[in-house]
Amino acid sequence: MSKGKVMTSFADAVADVGDGSVLIVGGFGLAGCPEHSISALRDRGVKDLVVVSNNCGVDDFGLGLLLENHQIRKMVSSYVGENRLFEQQYLSGELEVEFNPQGTLAERMRAGGSGIPAFYTPAGLGTEVANGKEVREFDGREYLLERANTGDFALVKAWKGDPLGNLVYRETARNFNPLAAMAGRITIAEVEELVDVGELDADQVHTPGIFVQRILAGDGYEKRIERLVEQSA
Amino acid sequence: MTGASEARAKIVLRAAAEIKDGMNVNLGIGLPTMLGDQAEHKRAVMLQSENGLLGIGPYPAAGAADPDLINAGKETVTAVPGASFFDSAESFAMIRGGHIDLAILGGMEVSERGDLANWMIPGKMVKGMGGAMDLVHGAKRVVVIMEHTTRTGESRVKRECTLPLTGTGVVHRLITDLAVFDVVGDLGMVLTELQPGVSVDDVVAATDARFTVAANVG
Repeated sequence: MSKGKVMTSFADAVADVGDGSVLIVGGFGLAGCPEHSISALRDRGVKDLVVVSNNCGVDDFGLGLLLENHQIRKMVSSYVGENRLFEQQYLSGELEVEFNPQGTLAERMRAGGSGIPAFYTPAGLGTEVANGKEVREFDGREYLLERANTGDFALVKAWKGDPLGNLVYRETARNFNPLAAMAGRITIAEVEELVDVGELDADQVHTPGIFVQRILAGDGYEKRIERLVEQSA
Repeated sequence: MTGASEARAKIVLRAAAEIKDGMNVNLGIGLPTMLGDQAEHKRAVMLQSENGLLGIGPYPAAGAADPDLINAGKETVTAVPGASFFDSAESFAMIRGGHIDLAILGGMEVSERGDLANWMIPGKMVKGMGGAMDLVHGAKRVVVIMEHTTRTGESRVKRECTLPLTGTGVVHRLITDLAVFDVVGDLGMVLTELQPGVSVDDVVAATDARFTVAANVG
């Protein structure tokens, strides 16, 4: 049962994500990773997902859980250097992969959520990224035409949110999350703290609630650290 | 030190001189990340991390790591006073929009015309290009740092790159453990500096690319 945008469980929040759905997923590495929504999708067992996300988690956390369970058919990503499972599934042909330059990936989401169907960028010129794409010259420089991206669903993670869906992110956990939120037809936001309407400073809201259709607080965020580096004493 | 780590130390030492007071700088993943410590000694340098931070600080003190605060290599970091956080689209607006003064990137191969390959070995290694393809077109200056030869002694400084490209004609300067090259319009690749103890003949012997030698070298 739900009341407005506020969902009572992660199982409910992802209940209508079906086989073959296109998901736009926020996070960079494991920072800002919508870990509870991903776990709920793993439990639901939906298959043939197309996932648009900068990275693909690590072997046993984040989107790596969906890879492990063979639920992803295609990934659209920019950097997956740390994921052995990803590499194995890609090299064996099980997983289809489309690599986008990171800025292109971000802009495709922003454009998709902004009613802009395509845009020109220099990133990828003269490389395999340019294959089959229109090249056009502006002011003496060449650019590639890139299409916008939208998803059936977006999964995002914020620090704080309110029942209207307004979101505030923390530090570098913001990354792709505001863009994913814009690009999802149904955006599911999970937050560490769900506060009352009016408690967030309207000047400090990063994602206005209009971009968020479902919101809920997650318990016990693991917030795993991928590469702990500290100053040597 | 092993040969490889000695080579890397030489490269990092020379590359640090590229970072000038007041610059906004993006350091790539891997070898370039080691330059972070060097940049701290420059005045008013802001290090940009494409995951959404302008003003990377030192690594956190023991026990003070914050999972929400990482660099593009996913390492825990801190933010300097005056730092700002932003989303990935705004981050690449800084990069593509010409607001970054200097990008220092790792490389696998650089060609004599300034082509760069640094993101994939077909059939073997799959990492993805990350922000490199945006950086090579957007940063005002692109410096690539890499070991001059592969482990088997093959030149990484080539007439033509053999690996999938990151960009064509995008490298302004290449710094290796043997030498520094500039890629200059019609002149192509010019050897402008030698690393300590290295001769022009050493560089010629280890290099597949054609290059000229600047008048003050050798």
